[in-house]
Amino acid sequence: MSEISGASVVIVGGGVTGLSAGWWLAQSGVDVLVIEKGIVGWEASGRNGGGCTHMQSPLFLEEQRLWPMMDELLGYPTEFMPHRIRIAATEEQLVLYSRGIATSRQHGYRYELLDGKQLRELVPLAGEDIAGAYYYHFGGHANPHRTVQAYAWAMQDHGGRLFQNCAVTGFRTEGGRVTGVKTERGVFGCDQLLIAAGPHTGRFSAMLGQEVPVAIARAEMIVTEPLPLMAHTGVDGNGLYGRQTLRGNLAYGGGPHEWLELPDADAPAKPSTPLMNHIGRRLLEMMPRAAQVRIIRSWAGIIENTPDGRPVIDRLSTFPNVVVATMSSVGFGLSPASGHAIRDLIVDGACGFADISSFRLGRFDKLEPDWRELQGWNALAMEEIA
Amino acid sequence: MSRPTKFDEKSIAGKELSVEEHTELLVIGAGPAGLSAAIDAAGRGLSVVLVDENPVPFTTMGNEVPLHYGQGMSGVARNRNAMMEALIASEPLIEAAFEAGVDVRLGTACWGLYGRSESTRWLPGMVAGLADEERGWLIGAEHVIVAAGRRDMGLGFPGWDKPGVMGATAAMSLARFGALAPRRVVLLGTSAEALDAAGALMKAGVEIAAIVEQAAAPVGPTEMVASLRVAGCEILTGHVVREALGRETVEGVAVCAVGEIGQPTAEERHIACDGVVLAVGVTPVIDLVAALGADVAFQQARGGYAPVVDADQRTSVRDVFAVGDSAGIWPAKTRDRLVSEREGRRAVAAILSDRGVASDDMSIDAVGPDSPTYDLSAYRIGWVRASVVEARAAFHVCQCEEVTAREILEVRPPRYLDWQAERRNDRSLSSLLGEGPPNPDQVKRLTRAGMGPCQGRRCREQVAALLALQVATPLASIPLAGYRAPVRPLTLAISSQLPEAPEQALHWDVWFGIHPQWRPYWEVPEFYTVATNDAAAPAASE
Ligand SMILES: Cc1cc2nc3c(=O)[nH]c(=O)nc-3n(C[C@H](O)[C@H](O)[C@H](O)COP(=O)(O)OP(=O)(O)OC[C@H]3O[C@@H](n4cnc5c(N)ncnc54)[C@H](O)[C@@H]3O)c2cc1C
Repeated sequence: MSEISGASVVIVGGGVTGLSAGWWLAQSGVDVLVIEKGIVGWEASGRNGGGCTHMQSPLFLEEQRLWPMMDELLGYPTEFMPHRIRIAATEEQLVLYSRGIATSRQHGYRYELLDGKQLRELVPLAGEDIAGAYYYHFGGHANPHRTVQAYAWAMQDHGGRLFQNCAVTGFRTEGGRVTGVKTERGVFGCDQLLIAAGPHTGRFSAMLGQEVPVAIARAEMIVTEPLPLMAHTGVDGNGLYGRQTLRGNLAYGGGPHEWLELPDADAPAKPSTPLMNHIGRRLLEMMPRAAQVRIIRSWAGIIENTPDGRPVIDRLSTFPNVVVATMSSVGFGLSPASGHAIRDLIVDGACGFADISSFRLGRFDKLEPDWRELQGWNALAMEEIA
Repeated sequence: MSRPTKFDEKSIAGKELSVEEHTELLVIGAGPAGLSAAIDAAGRGLSVVLVDENPVPFTTMGNEVPLHYGQGMSGVARNRNAMMEALIASEPLIEAAFEAGVDVRLGTACWGLYGRSESTRWLPGMVAGLADEERGWLIGAEHVIVAAGRRDMGLGFPGWDKPGVMGATAAMSLARFGALAPRRVVLLGTSAEALDAAGALMKAGVEIAAIVEQAAAPVGPTEMVASLRVAGCEILTGHVVREALGRETVEGVAVCAVGEIGQPTAEERHIACDGVVLAVGVTPVIDLVAALGADVAFQQARGGYAPVVDADQRTSVRDVFAVGDSAGIWPAKTRDRLVSEREGRRAVAAILSDRGVASDDMSIDAVGPDSPTYDLSAYRIGWVRASVVEARAAFHVCQCEEVTAREILEVRPPRYLDWQAERRNDRSLSSLLGEGPPNPDQVKRLTRAGMGPCQGRRCREQVAALLALQVATPLASIPLAGYRAPVRPLTLAISSQLPEAPEQALHWDVWFGIHPQWRPYWEVPEFYTVATNDAAAPAASE
């Protein structure tokens, strides 16, 4: 295989995790190259709900600090809109929200409880007959498509390189170090490697002797035709996540996911299903005045999840010049901060702004080998498929 | 593989989909191909449901769904009964289908086709989403024949958003119902399909003020050209429409001669008309099969992107067949409906043999597409260059989202973001390109062209041609912009009628419902094991 001009840091995967890391590294003057199998953001990073409210995470404060500045920092629009309203259609939902509320209170963030009338002033499509709605004075939403492209362009503006339509197939190793990334088009030399290949992060890390445990699943979203903008667009609830986009469409997801098996090298196909109708039903319950609004698209995305649903950002013990990063199904909102943490780990050796010890890979050292079966995270049997 | 003992209750496993009715064969589309298939299959004892969205409700037509009607409906289109009668009267096989015992559902649209696949294992089999004006539901089918017909490539020019500018397929459909408003039209395009449309419109009493062709000579069969000329049609080759004129609706067009590479010349002329019929690119309706995940490919002999079918009309999804125009359009098929009818019957023969029923008397020769007589890709790109790129004023290529050609090629953020140019580094199409051709879906995501309520029906082929032109590549190498269910816009009121399994409602969560995922990070234990995971209490994901 021919050696193509590599980079000091090669990143496998052009989703938000890899691209944000690439952007942070390029800003620090690091020679960086992102290799993406398809087009940037083609997988989960371009198919998600755009939610940026993750109070459980050690990256939460950085997530909240960065989002309001991202348009300026990147130089391209992300459509970030601050604050979130979460509607509880039932008392039960209101109780379920209390954990997140408690967590954000411990971070020192402000929220208030709205009644039906207050809600309607901000969200005219909402029903009055609700149990309550929390107004978070933090969090928000951005547009995944724009954000992905903004990272890619901003990284390039800082001298980083992007190689699309090029699948990574393996690694070249020499004496305990990865020295090159093998691809369909040749080998790219590297001093350090970041694996941020979403669902494929497990497979690639396994090739290097220390597997990041991940299972993959398909989840769906729907979008309606555009409507006039509501006073507050970052509104979800009633079993849904999502937002009114700045164009005016209602874009929501939620409900059951389907666990899948990862095909060897490919990304799984991502058809949507009539679950669309059930997402629509919850949207209508939450916004009864939108009854005649039409759904114009639905789609599905493939999500990676670790056994405890928490990110892994760590060095491999087998190959210390390799960092693995997977955000376990909440990687979009955290991406400004995850890129920062990865940059710190690669350049400084440790995250300088947050305690990311909960992202250690070593926490799975005692994990049962059959954890997928034990948690019931298995793909359904295939025998009946022709 | 043995079934795992435990299932994640927040997952789709074990959540039954509510399928209201079942049939052995579902046929989508009551044109010659679908009707012949349905009648044949019913005659061989299969239970057959045949749906067709016609007569399309007036408001749906007004939304440019499922065709580019261009607001060219007359008042007749509001009269549902009259439309229904006209539909039945215009196609004798509909009556025959009723008589053959086919369960014919007119005014019923199919908005989605779903099947079991590696990634959708929970589905019970082939399922189709149906809706009429009041109701939406699912039907299960052992076999599906898609006979969804054709639609038109849109082609913009200044004023093309004026009422009266419409696709040829829409114009012919309205004429069939006696519901076409324009009486004197200028028609664009000279393929066999375009000339056939001109003939059909004339027969329906519409005056053809002129046929405009951007190419130097007509591309359709010479005898069709000749007979239209004999009938008094003026054919202006080497011309494009510069503008649709008129205050509110089309009152005329300005046409002009173009040079060799589509550049306009000063020779301009006005033609009075009350309609402009776009017939520059008739293309198969592939939305359902593409959204299902069946293989589609750009096939010049089949009119553009068409499903990949075998000699039995079978798509890559075993139980799904495509027949008639939705499987490919070529001159012989356009001119003789028997070609489509035979495709429908061949599909039924294959289905019977799949079911183990002898189909000896049904051997019907496969008729492949004619070999193309002109370069369809160059032809369509030529139109877009002369009409859109060389246009004398900016206009919206994507009417729903109001995006111009320039905004598409410069990959501009949509105007509602009010993104200031000085804050924006120079980024255009070339900066998106990887090692592959430009991808319309990527351009769509960034500019929103094709993302509106007409679901890209009026702009998707134009956008593809713009991208092809920009990087000097044939249309075949531009990937297909994805189709997604619902392939007909569906109101929340109707879509939410689908009943939900009680277990699904019980376990519904915002996200995966992974309990330890939402625990504050300072409470995360040192080691995670399934055994020590203490998740028990119900908690919504964030
Ligand atoms: C429907 C849905 C809704 C969601 N909602 C939210 C939300 O509201 N908020 C939130 O924060 N998160 C949300 N998520 C999760 C979020 O999208 C993901 O966690 C995040 O995008 C993961 O980013 P990533 O870069 O780590 O992985 P990915 O986006 O999966 O990117 C990995 C990339 O690696 C590439 N790759 C794979 N194999 C190779 C190879 N061999 N060679 C080269 N490249 C390769 C892939 O093509 C892909 O582009 C949602 C996800 C989905 C699907």
